[in-house]
Amino acid sequence: MSWKLNPDRPVYVQLIERITTDIIAGIYPPGSKLPSVRDLAQTAGVNPNTMQKALSEMERTNLVYSQRTSGRFITEDLSMIDDLKTELASEQIKEFLEKMEKIGLSKEDIIGLINKVSEEEKK
Amino acid sequence: MSTILDCRGLTKRYGNKLALDHIDLSLDRGKIIGLLGPNGSGKTTLIKLLNGLLVPTEGEIFVDGKAPGVETKRIVSYLPERTYLNRWMRVSDLISYFCDFYEDFDRSRAYDMLQKLNINPNDRLSTMSKGTKEKVQLILVMSRRASLYCLDEPIAGVDPAARDYILSTIINNYDENATILISTHLISDVENILDDVIFIQNGHIRMQDSVDNIRMAKGVSVDSLFREVFKC
Repeated sequence: MSWKLNPDRPVYVQLIERITTDIIAGIYPPGSKLPSVRDLAQTAGVNPNTMQKALSEMERTNLVYSQRTSGRFITEDLSMIDDLKTELASEQIKEFLEKMEKIGLSKEDIIGLINKVSEEEKK
Repeated sequence: MSTILDCRGLTKRYGNKLALDHIDLSLDRGKIIGLLGPNGSGKTTLIKLLNGLLVPTEGEIFVDGKAPGVETKRIVSYLPERTYLNRWMRVSDLISYFCDFYEDFDRSRAYDMLQKLNINPNDRLSTMSKGTKEKVQLILVMSRRASLYCLDEPIAGVDPAARDYILSTIINNYDENATILISTHLISDVENILDDVIFIQNGHIRMQDSVDNIRMAKGVSVDSLFREVFKC
């Protein structure tokens, strides 16, 4: 099953997002080895050249690094992964807040509602 | 040399009808390229020219620096729009046939793909459905280790599941110096595996760009752009 990709956005950008999310989620733990470009391309259902481009870009931002002969590895810099996690979560929250404001809820309403819903889920 | 195909002022006329009008085009090695255009835009004419099945009216075409001929057929693997295989032959016969014809044919790759697609090598083509015949033909073409694969409408007749398998086979098998030229109308099915696309219309190249550049610049998929550009 290939990855779900939005046809209106550049493929390599979405590959970066997906792999970054997997790193944050610990599917690829810090310091671990990434599958080969070909394997990743196969799983994602994309062209290996595009996957290569995505990984090169992630190398440029130091989220992954390559070791000449043995392949690509996830960064061991935990604070970097943590920062990314916060960044990703903040983006999602911003998006969520915008949607809530669109339907006319104030920040206080939203926070109240979040507490209420999460209480209900606990039960 | 990094280009596998070069066209300079390439022109083809059928009587009064101009099918290709002074096309300049070059394709890089190691790319998967979609050749897209409405019906009658010149896609098949271009593919036939590069396989030496047609001769240019004007201009030149070079495959790996050579005019189409015996030497270029050695490195070009071609899937025509229509089948040319003998209906009475068994798949295993066809594989032997291709082995004799092409030095770069990989027999084990072919049998492997047949197995994945549940095709019995002892079946004759005449007993197969249209889709299965197309799969056999594509397996034969993709089992060569060619420098240029030329696929004219490769997935039109097969079901979506087999289409996925075929596309992943293409991704998995193609080596990084090989170029694959795919002519198709099923753009949304293939656009994730393409590097570049060529839009062709009325014998002219309208555009040649990468899928990601198009999506970035226009904010839409290649499929949507095609529908917009070639709106009837």
